[in-house]
Amino acid sequence: MLRIISTRLAQGLLTLLLASIIIFAATEILPGDVAEAILGQSRTEEALAALREEMGLNRPAIVRYFDWLGGMVQGDLGTSLATKRPVADMIESRMWNTLRLALLAAAISVPLSVALGLWSAMRAGGRVDKTLAMTTLALIAVPEFFIGLILMKVFAVELRWFSATANTRPYFDFSENFRALALPVATLSFAVLAHMMRMTRSSVINIFTSPYMEMAALKGLPKRRLVVRHALPNALSPILTVIALNLSYMVSGVIIVETIFGVPGLTRLLVDGVTLRDIPLIQACAMIFGAVYILLNLLADILSIMANPRLRYPK
Amino acid sequence: MNDIITIKNLRIEGRPPGGEYVSIVKDVSLNVRKGEVLALIGESGSGKSTISLAAMGFARPGCRIAGGEVWLNGRNIMALSPRERHALRGEEVSYVAQSAAASFNPALRIGKQVIEAPLWHGVGDAAALTATTVELYRKLDLPNPETVGQKFPHQVSGGQLQRLMAAMAMSCGPDLLILDEPTTALDVTTQIEVLKAFKDIIRDQGTAAIYVTHDLAVVAQVADRILVLKNGEMVEEGPTDQILHNPQHEYTRTLMAAVRPAPHLVDHVDASAAQAPVVSVRNVTAGYGTLTILSDVSVDVPAASVVGVIGESGCGKSTLARVVAGLTPLRTGEIMLDGQVAAPNLNDRPRAALKDCQIVFQMADTALNPRQRISDILGRPLEFYQGLKGSARADRIGDLLELVDLPRNFASRYPGELSGGQKQRINLARALAADPKVILCDEVTSALDTVVAAGVIELLKSLKDKLGVAYMFISHDLSTVASFADEVVVLYAGRVVEQGPSRAVFSPPFHPYTKLLLSSVPEMRQGWLEGVADTREAKAASTGSVVIGAKGCPFSNRCALAISGTCETTAPPIRELPGELQIACHLPVEQLPLT
Amino acid sequence: MSETSDTVVPRASVFAGLRLTWTAMIAGSILLFWLVLALFGPWIAPHGEAEIISGQTFAPLGEGGLLGTDKLGRDVLSRLIYGVRTTLLLALVTTVVSFAFGVTLGFAAAILKGWFDIVVSRIVEAFMAFPSTLLALVIIGAFGTSITVLVLTVGLVLSTSVFRVSRALGYDIGVMDFVEAARARGEGTWWILTREILPNCMAPLIAEFGLRFTFSILFLSGLSFLGLGVQEPAADWGLMVQENVGGLFLGSSAALIPAACIASLTVSMNLLVDWFQQRQQGETVLEKIDQ
Repeated sequence: MLRIISTRLAQGLLTLLLASIIIFAATEILPGDVAEAILGQSRTEEALAALREEMGLNRPAIVRYFDWLGGMVQGDLGTSLATKRPVADMIESRMWNTLRLALLAAAISVPLSVALGLWSAMRAGGRVDKTLAMTTLALIAVPEFFIGLILMKVFAVELRWFSATANTRPYFDFSENFRALALPVATLSFAVLAHMMRMTRSSVINIFTSPYMEMAALKGLPKRRLVVRHALPNALSPILTVIALNLSYMVSGVIIVETIFGVPGLTRLLVDGVTLRDIPLIQACAMIFGAVYILLNLLADILSIMANPRLRYPK
Repeated sequence: MNDIITIKNLRIEGRPPGGEYVSIVKDVSLNVRKGEVLALIGESGSGKSTISLAAMGFARPGCRIAGGEVWLNGRNIMALSPRERHALRGEEVSYVAQSAAASFNPALRIGKQVIEAPLWHGVGDAAALTATTVELYRKLDLPNPETVGQKFPHQVSGGQLQRLMAAMAMSCGPDLLILDEPTTALDVTTQIEVLKAFKDIIRDQGTAAIYVTHDLAVVAQVADRILVLKNGEMVEEGPTDQILHNPQHEYTRTLMAAVRPAPHLVDHVDASAAQAPVVSVRNVTAGYGTLTILSDVSVDVPAASVVGVIGESGCGKSTLARVVAGLTPLRTGEIMLDGQVAAPNLNDRPRAALKDCQIVFQMADTALNPRQRISDILGRPLEFYQGLKGSARADRIGDLLELVDLPRNFASRYPGELSGGQKQRINLARALAADPKVILCDEVTSALDTVVAAGVIELLKSLKDKLGVAYMFISHDLSTVASFADEVVVLYAGRVVEQGPSRAVFSPPFHPYTKLLLSSVPEMRQGWLEGVADTREAKAASTGSVVIGAKGCPFSNRCALAISGTCETTAPPIRELPGELQIACHLPVEQLPLT
Repeated sequence: MSETSDTVVPRASVFAGLRLTWTAMIAGSILLFWLVLALFGPWIAPHGEAEIISGQTFAPLGEGGLLGTDKLGRDVLSRLIYGVRTTLLLALVTTVVSFAFGVTLGFAAAILKGWFDIVVSRIVEAFMAFPSTLLALVIIGAFGTSITVLVLTVGLVLSTSVFRVSRALGYDIGVMDFVEAARARGEGTWWILTREILPNCMAPLIAEFGLRFTFSILFLSGLSFLGLGVQEPAADWGLMVQENVGGLFLGSSAALIPAACIASLTVSMNLLVDWFQQRQQGETVLEKIDQ
């Protein structure tokens, strides 16, 4: 089993490397380069050449790539073109905001969706199941910003229970934080909840169709025992995969939510960076997101492997 | 009355997804007394499995019990509430499924699953129950009875899992045991140990049993009475001896005839010296990646003859067919088709060579493209090999259908509209469309019902006579091969252990493995099982498992006559015996086993 | 060892056995409605796409136009109708592009196997390592917001899923005996792909097309919402949502209406795909215990 895990780890690192190449390549195939962006309209050929020399832009792409990569690994994320500050500083202040949103949403949606998924699987075909199925279908088909906007309209504009912007201050107490964050967290949770619930349900039902489940039923065991003692151990692996997949949906969703509710987070930074063509910023942010995603998948993969007795106890 | 179970006028209905309920079991009644074994036999669609589950008052998803009474231990369980009914499952009635994969949860340890039912029903506490089950394991002849419960299902072999299944079912001391084709998926030689284990434990505990199977020879070994079913209706019922040897109903008689076709043994194959064999396999070694499946195999198929290749699962018989067809490249040796050396990979063979050698697969369902009409399926080889088009093509398609005893208008149908037997005939017709010299039949009847399979074999025989085509007939079913083949090749772990004309192979002297194989085929007489399981060969065979790629003789670890020091280390020499028989064995000819 | 039943089974074609349900009909009508609007939009819309009809911005429903006015005083209804074309057309083109990439690569990987499969799979995995919005952000950030870039980017993002589905199908069908039989006959790879494998993939591929189409709509509108998709003054539903968010606090529903329209489109498509796949889950063993 250790061998399989180390193979997975190696594969994960490889993917990370490939991702970094893709990011670097994407930002390098620009018409025009960093030097042009800095000097802007009023650039002359000599100034351009001098700046390029100074920034080392004349070196071959491969060299610049390794330079950048090396810097990343050591914690030097480059300098922002727009603000001239180290990117690392800019990210640090924003990262926590995004992380907080994501963690809260995950903490709510993951257990809830697994529980609901299990419940509707147990009562498959019944009224509860059918209602949940329709609701989740609607939720996943609806664009996230729609959910966010509706929530905003109802709860912030009309009812004024929560705030429409998620700006929090260090001196906020719990209830003020709650009011500020409730809507963005709810929006993020809804979309992900629907996906995860559907996938959990179908994974578990899939297990019910396995022949050994019938055998267990014919031993006279009651439903609850069948689900908890027999189905669940086998469902762990697919459920973990589902969770990892959806946490990645969340990363996409965070962008929309941060935009709607004005959360000063990492994705806003990235979007702004894109608008301003602030390449070092784009590269650094994209790398962070990519790394988080890859690591999450890796974690899910490894947990999956550990949950499989065939791999834990080989012949 | 000491009936454990009485079923009266049972009616069961089934419904395909999105469809309507139709009757699948109509008015079936049966009873089983204490200590008695009743066998339910029938082909697919007979409802035997469904009826056996109804003895627990259980209907599979998609089915429902529509009427009738089920009296278990004096109570009509159909009149109970669902909860009460469910409570007696695993306690008064136990179920043994068809395969171990169907019984054991791969995520839980075996021991926990075996004691789960009695523990839940409150028969005892965990420690006491574990002790009882260890005793059960001992009675079932399982190796390491104290520790086997700690393992996971994937760590234990198939035959052992089957016996553990029996232990799981008996752990609560049920009054009735339902066995649903528990040995169908096993090799013939493994089947013996398992059958004996079942029989012993049933006798030991005095349990009543319902044994569902389609294998009549197995039935003869375990059942006291037999109930024959067809399409959900009772056909005939009576004591085992009477049903097997003196069946009254016509359907029962057809069934008996199909199961044990008359052997047709041949002394000598007329191969004219002038004509090269259609297929000649010379010292072929082949495998996949690092795995070697076949070692030094040599087989000849003379023109217009039938060569039967027999062996159990994993012996490499399918690989042999694939190597001859060029689907799997060989490592060393060569294949000659019609006297010419054939390229190992079929992509390198000329079309004429491909045309002469056709292959028919086992699973008719997956061998035909469901999105193509029969006319396309049969027409393509006609176009491809013979360039037939238009009306000439259409005529030939009709001729081919007639050749395989199917109506000409089947040409416009899709495979999904055909039954299993019909699909296999189309498979055959497709091979014949190329006008081949040899057809490689890879277990073509193994997935078919017995009666249907018998029909296909008859067709093969008549085609051979009509067209003069040769067959390499691969099968694990010895009686079919005995009724059909001119020459027989016995494969074990990728090596040829015996080959020659069929009469010579099926008569003594034998290679030790051939003897084991032949003696493992259950005979349709009661008492056979006890006789064979106690023999030295059977005991020796059950101590080991198949080892591929062994240095000396691959059978040495399971052979009762193995010469220690010689058999494990050196490859056995090929002995030539009278009647053109070849046996690969270290034993001198006089010491080869006779019956 | 499974025994094949000797009873006859009705033949399966891609659409056989589908019964029209209420949900399917409603979903289908909604889609049809939008399609008609897309085709005949310019003749139905009361005003021009960018025409400013009123000095009052964010006019509520009924005033100015049937559905009010937006942030510049343009007629919401007209822009909505023009928006259908943009939305549907863009989604269709991107889905087709994604299929062109995904299906070709996917089947190639399944048939050629070996190092080709390994390399392509790893690259696709690396692309899938990015949340799609992020990937689009980076690429559009680099190449600008022209329609071509938009279509190619979204097409690329969608194609990863199409690749996985096609590859899995290619492998699953590729190991079937009838493909082996064709190979044993000596048929060439192209023939096998187009005549043996592809016809058996139609149903799952059609379903995947529907799903990708839905995702494309959501994705494109999300991008427009972020300012990275269709640019002003074109009428695109996602863009309309973004431009009129400010009106939410003024009591205007100019942002909600296009969002609701997007939702109607995607929900209907999802329902239709669900119906097509007709995953009739029969009873499970748990229910049988209660009987």
